[in-house]
Amino acid sequence: MNILVLLKQVPDTTEMKIDKEKGTLIREGVPTITNPDDLAGMEVALRLKDKYGAKVTAVTMGPPQAENMLRELYAMGADHAVLLTDRKFSGADTWATSNTLAAFIKQVDFDLIIAGRQAIDGDTAQVGPQTAEKLGLPQISYVDDVLEFSKEKIVVKKALENNYEVLECSLPCVITTLSTIAKPRYMRVMGISHAFEKDITIKTFDDLNIDPAIIGLKGSPTKVKKTFTKEVHSNSDILHLDGKASARKVAEILMDMNFIGK
Amino acid sequence: MNFDLSPKQAMMQKLFREFAINEVEPIAAEVDEEERFPEETVKKMSEIGMLGIPFESKYGGGDGDNLSYILAVEELSKVCGTTGVIVSAHTSLACNPIYTYGTEEQRQKYLIPLASGQKLGAFGLTEPNAGTDAAMQQTVAVDEGDHYRINGTKIFITNGGYADTYVVFAMTDKAKGNRGISAFIMEKDMEGFSIGKTEHKLGIKGSSTTELIFKDVMVPKENLLGPEGKGFMIAMSTLDGGRIGIAAQALGIAQGALDQAVKYTKERKQFGRPISAFQNTQFTIADLQTKIDAARLLVYRAAYMKDMNRNYSSEAAMAKLFASEVAMEVTTKSIQLHGGYGYTRDYPVERMFRDAKITEIYEGTSEVQKMVIASKILR
Repeated sequence: MNILVLLKQVPDTTEMKIDKEKGTLIREGVPTITNPDDLAGMEVALRLKDKYGAKVTAVTMGPPQAENMLRELYAMGADHAVLLTDRKFSGADTWATSNTLAAFIKQVDFDLIIAGRQAIDGDTAQVGPQTAEKLGLPQISYVDDVLEFSKEKIVVKKALENNYEVLECSLPCVITTLSTIAKPRYMRVMGISHAFEKDITIKTFDDLNIDPAIIGLKGSPTKVKKTFTKEVHSNSDILHLDGKASARKVAEILMDMNFIGK
Repeated sequence: MNFDLSPKQAMMQKLFREFAINEVEPIAAEVDEEERFPEETVKKMSEIGMLGIPFESKYGGGDGDNLSYILAVEELSKVCGTTGVIVSAHTSLACNPIYTYGTEEQRQKYLIPLASGQKLGAFGLTEPNAGTDAAMQQTVAVDEGDHYRINGTKIFITNGGYADTYVVFAMTDKAKGNRGISAFIMEKDMEGFSIGKTEHKLGIKGSSTTELIFKDVMVPKENLLGPEGKGFMIAMSTLDGGRIGIAAQALGIAQGALDQAVKYTKERKQFGRPISAFQNTQFTIADLQTKIDAARLLVYRAAYMKDMNRNYSSEAAMAKLFASEVAMEVTTKSIQLHGGYGYTRDYPVERMFRDAKITEIYEGTSEVQKMVIASKILR
């Protein structure tokens, strides 16, 4: 079985700087990591590989530097890595990104696509579901556990706000994973020793047979008008109450805010 | 000349750093306090391949280089000197002589389980009356046809009791002095092989340091490591490699302690300012980091020379001599930068200070390192 895992390299900091003119993130000089939800998705794929013998392919769209992330995924145990990279792809919103990913995925065989729920830089949680739509595939988002996996179907536990659903879906399909689904394994020493000998499949615009009007910054319908840091206000009320009354007051406030039940 | 790690080495360093921070640092204080050998960490390290980094995969290793192995010891020792020396003794003192001097059969039988981390290794040279004067071996191996009968006692054996496989030295011909020493591969379950006293130490308290007692142990002839009479040479060349590991341990302890001091001095406020704002703090930190960097260059150079298959005895001795002294100075001054808190067990610099001292002693004292260095210059 073939599993594709969609991953993104993201800046490793909460103090991200913003390009005020373009309204996009400044990525230069900021250390990068593999997006945590995506890395959990990779771990799920590797566990399915360990258990069922699947072939795991890591797929990312990004700048040439994303190669380093793919080498790390090789060191964890990925079988194959694909980098979709072209200046024409850059500046893409989620719609243009999923167009690009889908154009590549249409060219390859697969049984299951795993995407992280959302990236810590954009926080949209859209790319996985959009890619599924563009490929005409069923999708299950917010997957917190994979219970069964076979050539025909997958059975998963999907997280809802206060409970879980167990869903069965025929293959091929797309699932999006939460970072809590699986703690990613460490790279292996031997994996690192050989990660740099492995080929990374590079796909550019010319390889994808895609309309240039639906990719990259120009093909992105979402225009970021403004990016700014949220102002944090703390309006505080000061009450002078004795012990019993203050406990009651705190309980009331928590109930009003639905932190505790009434 | 290139001072950068290769992309592969940088990725190894990243792995070891993540592992050390996530798996080793959280239990370092407890392992020290309870003098507990961290078996769970050894198991985890074996899973990711940290117990045979510089050996070929056909022998169970990680296909890495010596510098990558040194990076592992450094990163582990930044947070826990105990874990650093477990890996160093296993890799440099047990795996390495079997790899270097072992027959193909010995590599198959002993190196594969060691380098793949299924088994742990140790090295037995020191005796009560044979420390720096290693030629004074009183452990005796008598040739009895198809086996040697070994009798004697070894002391201060790192990983003792937890190791399965031991590279041990014994006299096969007392009349020949140095040239009468031979090396053997011994297993802990051989009849007559037992673990004696466990030492209680100043530092690296989680590391097991024991006596080994051999009472009429019948060691098969095929467990002779290298030719008979070449044991002293094997021991000395093994220690050359081991010194780079201990130098890396010292380097890690030093950097770990200074990292703690930097963090503390930025947080600790006196006279209305963080104490890092005072020039005395700044100058101390600048001096210490400069010395650590100098030590790092010496340590990496020695590992690089080993990787290049050049003679590195003197460079390994310099690395250990300098890095261990830097570790003592940095840990001492890091406590000073912490003031009274640094003397308590609430802060890790107290443990790091205790762990640093041994790096000036084992695998050749600082004085022995000077003998090695001078002998090369003055020969």
